[in-house]
Amino acid sequence: MIEVKNINKSFKEHQVLFDVSSTFEEGRVNLIIGQSGQGKSVLAKCMVGLHEIDSGQIFFDGRDFAAMDRIEKTQIRQEIGMLFQGSALFDSLTVEQNVMFPLTMFTKMTKKEMQDRVDFCLDRVNLSGKNKLFPSECSGGMQKRVGIARAIAMNPKYLFCDEPNSGLDPITSILIDRLIKDITYEYNITTIVITHDMSSVMEIGDHILFIHKGYNWWEGDRDSIINTENPEIINFVYASEFMKKIRTSMQEKKHI
Amino acid sequence: MKMLGNIGKYFLMMKVVFTKPKKWVIFWRLLFNEIQLIGINSIPIVILMSSFMGGVIALQTASNMSSPLLPAYTVGYITQSSTILEFSPTIISLILAGKIGSNIASEIGTMRITEQIDALEIMGVNSLNHLVLPKIIAAILFFPILVIFSMFMSLMGGYISLVLSDLTSTETYILGIRAFFEVGNIYYALTKTVVFGFIIVSVSSFYGYYAKGGALQVGESSTKAVVASMVSILIANFILTQMILL
Repeated sequence: MIEVKNINKSFKEHQVLFDVSSTFEEGRVNLIIGQSGQGKSVLAKCMVGLHEIDSGQIFFDGRDFAAMDRIEKTQIRQEIGMLFQGSALFDSLTVEQNVMFPLTMFTKMTKKEMQDRVDFCLDRVNLSGKNKLFPSECSGGMQKRVGIARAIAMNPKYLFCDEPNSGLDPITSILIDRLIKDITYEYNITTIVITHDMSSVMEIGDHILFIHKGYNWWEGDRDSIINTENPEIINFVYASEFMKKIRTSMQEKKHI
Repeated sequence: MKMLGNIGKYFLMMKVVFTKPKKWVIFWRLLFNEIQLIGINSIPIVILMSSFMGGVIALQTASNMSSPLLPAYTVGYITQSSTILEFSPTIISLILAGKIGSNIASEIGTMRITEQIDALEIMGVNSLNHLVLPKIIAAILFFPILVIFSMFMSLMGGYISLVLSDLTSTETYILGIRAFFEVGNIYYALTKTVVFGFIIVSVSSFYGYYAKGGALQVGESSTKAVVASMVSILIANFILTQMILL
């Protein structure tokens, strides 16, 4: 479980996050949603320590991450897997070497054990036999799946996914969403997904945090987000004409 | 003020770079890879530049020696001393600053903007130590070898140019190379080279590591890295010459 309490973050004079608090439970897919530039990626980067917070606390299963020194943070980070928006695969390494990288760095596994683990992770994301490809030879969807394989290689307790669907077609997006959901339930991981893709929200969102203007504007699940009367969420969820029509027809059905 | 800030940031970066590698096996693998990229891949340009420059130094000296008071071996002596003292350590380092510096800054800068450095940090890897330390050690180890290569090729270039031009005899050229030879000058040149190698790699890594934005900014960082490395080499050359030779 990850808890954030009263997080404030600013860049020079510009404050991005204002007293953001929330709890992200394990075994659930927690979504951070919001329009671009509202602070959701900054919140996630604060949580993993890529940005220093101005004030507040971040607890990883009761351990205060913000108060830790570099070595303690390094230990927590070994329990974190992260899928980046652009996958962030090491382009000089093959798919296999990318997935093996954290194992080589942090474990005392034998080569055979590492190879077995890599094969297992690649199989889990349906990439068996693609070991020797370089990232530049993989499609966008494949790169995301390699990113997930690398993220789960160390059996993480916490999984962060930064816009996992960006740049993907709808079918591949759904595959990636389902993969994230399955992995979360299967390994009881605390998963946090940053997204503004509404189909992801409906597909995998067990707990949703809506960030607006740097504030924790709304929290709930995928059922309650449909029925909320919060105007900012309505604007966000029903942004397209198509979705507006769906909402109107839903309201008409309610009245009948 | 910004420059002072950058200098401070550079030294703080160096403090993080010079920590114990997480896994020595990986460090050795990266080191050998960097020796290949920084050192061995630079041999052709060093050979090309040095032999032509040596040839030009010998030709210019020979063609300008009009005074009968100057001994014939002066051509060899001037080629030798200018090659060992300045041309090989300094000019070759300036050339390598362009080749290696831009390569390192753009490589690390691209890793920064494509979030590969963030990925390393999230895994708990000290990205500065992992990326920069092997490059610095490779440069420190291999730059002196490149410069020794350069000295040899430069003197060879002078020899060949004199054979082709017939401006002076090759015997007197070789006599000139051996005349007043001081081993101390070689130590001086190699010391300079080690410092220049360190400067090129660390300064270029600094500009790459702190690159922000997109492809355009990576290009700008690469240019800044080369310019800053060259200026730092010239300043360091002046200081080292004052310290060692005078």
